[in-house]
Amino acid sequence: MATVDLKDVKKIYPGGVEAVKGVSIAIPDKELCVLVGPSGCGKSTLLRMIAGLETISAGTVAIDGKVVNAIGPTERDIAMVFQNYALYPHMKVYDNMAYGLRNRGTPKDEIDSRVRSTAKVLELSGLLDRRPRELSGGQRQRVAMGRAIVRNPKVFLFDEPLSNLDAKLRGQMRVEIKNLQRSLGVTSVYVTHDQLEAMTLADILVVMNAGLVEQIGAPLDVYEKPASTFVASFIGAPPMNLLALTGASPGSVLADGMVIGSAPGQSKAVTLGFRPEDADITFAAEAPAGALALPATVEAVEPVGAESFLHCAAAGSRIVVRVSGRASAKPGDQLRVVARSEKLHWFDQAGKRVD
Amino acid sequence: MAPQLAITLVFFYWPAGQALYQSMLRQDPFGLKSRFVWFANFRKVLADPAYLNSIKVTVVFSLATAIVAMVVALLLAVMAEKAVRGKGLYRTLLIWPYAVAPAIAGMLWLFLFNPSIGSLAYLLRSLGIAWDPLLNGTHAMVLLVSAAAWKQISYNFLFFVAGLQAVPKTLIEAAAMDGAGETKRFWTIVFPLLAPTTFFLLVVNTVYALFDTFGIVHAVTGGGPGKTTETLVYKVYNDGFVNLILGDSAAQSVILMAIVIALTAIQFRYVERKVHYG
Repeated sequence: MATVDLKDVKKIYPGGVEAVKGVSIAIPDKELCVLVGPSGCGKSTLLRMIAGLETISAGTVAIDGKVVNAIGPTERDIAMVFQNYALYPHMKVYDNMAYGLRNRGTPKDEIDSRVRSTAKVLELSGLLDRRPRELSGGQRQRVAMGRAIVRNPKVFLFDEPLSNLDAKLRGQMRVEIKNLQRSLGVTSVYVTHDQLEAMTLADILVVMNAGLVEQIGAPLDVYEKPASTFVASFIGAPPMNLLALTGASPGSVLADGMVIGSAPGQSKAVTLGFRPEDADITFAAEAPAGALALPATVEAVEPVGAESFLHCAAAGSRIVVRVSGRASAKPGDQLRVVARSEKLHWFDQAGKRVD
Repeated sequence: MAPQLAITLVFFYWPAGQALYQSMLRQDPFGLKSRFVWFANFRKVLADPAYLNSIKVTVVFSLATAIVAMVVALLLAVMAEKAVRGKGLYRTLLIWPYAVAPAIAGMLWLFLFNPSIGSLAYLLRSLGIAWDPLLNGTHAMVLLVSAAAWKQISYNFLFFVAGLQAVPKTLIEAAAMDGAGETKRFWTIVFPLLAPTTFFLLVVNTVYALFDTFGIVHAVTGGGPGKTTETLVYKVYNDGFVNLILGDSAAQSVILMAIVIALTAIQFRYVERKVHYG
């Protein structure tokens, strides 16, 4: 129904603080774009600029090819799900959902049929006569979704909609949001700080840091080829292990002096990284060929059932290794952490990826 | 006996009892002897056209004062909330009138609208209005309501500002995205959420206009011209201390006591049980 195009969007507050420092994102029709980043990275500000709740200091926001910088939130035909739901406390669920339609002069019987069919989809039919305070957290969340859906807007915006729910409900609602968004085919922008939500929901994943975009791409591409050490440490749980490289010949010596074979083209690298699941442990004395083998001491073992996380000290850093099932190692064990060469990531002085 | 109980007895129950007792006495014109007449004073007062007129005056005055004070205060609060710069200054300046004593406030308005020397009276006359609160009862009432409302605006303003700040910003934003313009947002979201504040202020303002405006009436009109601005409280004073009809005056104050009790009951019943959202 609509594309959303951000071109070099900036937000500078009157005090001179630059919250968003030039962001360009193109979201194709019907796709769900997730903005993810730590708090204060500018993702919510960016979302509010798309909504029209914040003025745009520089750059353009275009919806369906039309620049909307000068158009207020009332006329943008966008619906937003707020973190605290922002349901109208003095209105019943029915009126909460009908409010937007009434404001746009929709005929009464059409409002009624749309509200009732939306309520049916969201399993809210029995709750239409209740007020928000009589609903549970999950139900309020559904009403907030319903209020957005019923209007059939061009774009959906989600501002951390699941962060007030408990873990189990969050998992359920995540799947529901994804299914709804796909079946309705409405272009959406979703802000979260939860990397799991970001990975599972996104068609396009935008990782933000300090007002800038660190990386844009499909979730698995971002996961497999993080563009920077920031992305590497933000996406993935537990995050990627990062080891500093030093020495006269850059990119080849670890902090504790151990020499590793450096591949050509990676001479600029000062950081080496590998994912916890791309490493394994061995008690064998010899290092396997074509792999990095770090002598390590196990500090802690975290069994979580299907897998275990080994926290080890190696090369002057702490690293995490994921092994499936129960771990054969116990705290205090000396062993080797092995990571295959093709699973290693290299980053330069500025933290950018080196291939 | 606890001291607070002693104070209540001496300063509340004893005078109240005296009022009740005296409302059933009738004195001769020289105050030499009095006679117990049961409820004759009440019957006389309630049948007196001047008293019925005073009830009408009080209703008009109280409603007008409460409504004017609340509407103006709400308007000022909404405008002060919208101010980008100097919010604190606006608020401070708008709260000041509350610190002015009622009699002073009355004198202030009296001078401003005095037909012969008042600067605002001069302005009104130059606009073609034959302004004369000394002879025209309606004009006197307008002046009285203005003075009484002016003093109460600050108080209402303070409560409305607090009420407006308690309305979550995200609700306004959600309404904006739902296509509601500024006026519509105010009437459909902000105003309903202010309902507890508004109801509380309605009771407080009515009580203020009924019982706390003696000083203003006394300074501005003295109940005149004729009896066009003689409120119930002012009539108690007039009949008791000016005309020295103590029995009638006491009966009137007992009626006022009943009104206060009724209002307090309403306040406890509806205001204390606050309307809660969320």
